[in-house]
Amino acid sequence: MKKVKVATVWLDGCSGCHMSLLDMDALIIQLEKKIDIVYGPLVDTQEFPEDVDVTLVEGAVSSQDDLAKVQVIRQRSRLVISLGDCAVTGNVPAMRNSIPVNKLLQRVYIEGAQANKVVPTDRVPALLKTVRPVSEYVKVDYCLPGCPPPSKNITGMIVNLLEGRKPEANLTVKFG
Amino acid sequence: MKRITIEPVSRIEGHAKVTIQLNDAGQVENAELHVTQVRGFEKLTEGRPYYEMPGITARICGICPVSHLLASAKACDAIMAVRIPPAARKLRELIHYAQFVQSHALSFFYLSSPDLILGMDSNPATRNVLGIIATHPELARDGIELRKFGLQIIETLGQERVHSSWIVPGGVKSPITPAMRDKILAELPHAKQIADRTLQFFKSACDGFKDDIARFGCFPTMYCGMVNAAGDLQLYDGNLRFRGVTGDIITDQIPAADYADWISEATLRNSYLKAPYYKPQGLEGMYRVGPLARLNAADRCATPIADNELVEFRQRYGHPAHSAFFYHYARLLEIMFALEKIEALLADPQIVDEHVRANAGVNSLEGIGMIEAPRGVLIHHYKVNPDGAITWANLIVATGHNNLAMGKSVKQVATEYVHGDKIEEGMLNRVSAVIRAYDPCLSCSTHADGTIAMQVQLLSQDGKLLDELSR
Repeated sequence: MKKVKVATVWLDGCSGCHMSLLDMDALIIQLEKKIDIVYGPLVDTQEFPEDVDVTLVEGAVSSQDDLAKVQVIRQRSRLVISLGDCAVTGNVPAMRNSIPVNKLLQRVYIEGAQANKVVPTDRVPALLKTVRPVSEYVKVDYCLPGCPPPSKNITGMIVNLLEGRKPEANLTVKFG
Repeated sequence: MKRITIEPVSRIEGHAKVTIQLNDAGQVENAELHVTQVRGFEKLTEGRPYYEMPGITARICGICPVSHLLASAKACDAIMAVRIPPAARKLRELIHYAQFVQSHALSFFYLSSPDLILGMDSNPATRNVLGIIATHPELARDGIELRKFGLQIIETLGQERVHSSWIVPGGVKSPITPAMRDKILAELPHAKQIADRTLQFFKSACDGFKDDIARFGCFPTMYCGMVNAAGDLQLYDGNLRFRGVTGDIITDQIPAADYADWISEATLRNSYLKAPYYKPQGLEGMYRVGPLARLNAADRCATPIADNELVEFRQRYGHPAHSAFFYHYARLLEIMFALEKIEALLADPQIVDEHVRANAGVNSLEGIGMIEAPRGVLIHHYKVNPDGAITWANLIVATGHNNLAMGKSVKQVATEYVHGDKIEEGMLNRVSAVIRAYDPCLSCSTHADGTIAMQVQLLSQDGKLLDELSR
């Protein structure tokens, strides 16, 4: 059987959703026979591949880089799933939305340094004015809420999709 | 002039890219590590009640949220001016050691073992944890089980594996029951077997990596780690020690409250990650933190198995050992240390005491919490108003301390392995692999110091970056 191509992506988040994904523990040994991880923090692919079956997106859209990434991901993925509250709502990263970007950078790099006080500008991606959920920029097929989503919800979603079932919306969710 | 970009640097915890500049002769002119994300927790937490800080700052990192919970709770303890109950301290230590086991296991088995087992030059399409599962199922299973052992302790105590709310200002929310303790103890021997098996395997494999050892971030620096008054390795509480390049102790017993007298931070124009430095030496004061730095800084571990291993490590590779390749070795040794500590804590009758939380309001307008996170020294520093609202916050995270050294390591590996006439994937993977050795948590570093786009401009031998920094 042809393996299902899965990508995982980490935008502005903490990686906790990826950890919850790995919290499937030994189930990953069985999944290895059914899926290929073709892109993401766990593998070495440099460019987001064409023709991905399912992409799990952790994190909110916060920088120009993030924005460019979600657009490529959408074009090249059959299904896009928002993985966790940052992708679904903006969550903690969006706490900066009431602060002008220049004030935030000023606080960190000028007031928050003792030497060489300068706001980095060379080859670092610019921050967007506000942090937004993935679904504000591209169509999202499914959402897995939670901070992080419980591991069994993530594996439940994956197993459902592998077996050709439409995921159901009656999952236990952990907020906060 | 030709520029090679490695983007993203894979199998690390966060977003980074490396740019390597080659001159017309195809030789590496410069190499830079860029961290490319920014979050600004110091600013976005202004105005929040101090007791929310553990929960908010845990979201800096999903790999080591326990580190942030603990450093934050310790800063809050200081604001409340409480001494937490003895059982609470022991339970915090217990969950901390459990986190070391899971975080170090993640780094070694899930992220770095593909390089070490499958080979730096192996096919990149399968050079990952699924490739390890397919070809080395026993090793993969060991890694999965060791990580799970640590996470199950965290889950047992805190009800959640990621972002538990069990660690609170003043202590912890609930005690451990004898049944919970006994369940952990029953699984401990298996975890120790895995840790020992992996460490012995790694030691025997080191001889096959002589070239990499000599070229993987192998240069003298200072090392910073937490110790007690006797010089023993400490992870939860202690004072900082800086050990110098030749093994002499430069400064010792720096308490958390004095960190700013010894550590300053510089901004890099081309990086979102600030660069801390050892203040008395100015911008030249490069030091390293994390597993290798801790073992270099301390005199001993003060647990029997880890100490035997440490003696052997020092006999084989010297003290201090300077190659970043040994971060892997130190990480495995620390897993054993953490398991020994877990065993000792669970044998202590006081661990099941039910008094685990002290209560108080704002008694001090400033608090500093310092711990050793898996990746190195972590400092949370808060100021509050009399109502307990945060007016100012500063966070210095482990990966930040290593900023300058990681940059220098990237440059060293690029210079040794990358040559312009024919670029091979394996060369570039080695550049990524040296970054993996530090196990940088760019999630942590980007959130904390404000931003996290980090571009480390490496220190070239002619010192270009230092020139820039010194302006």
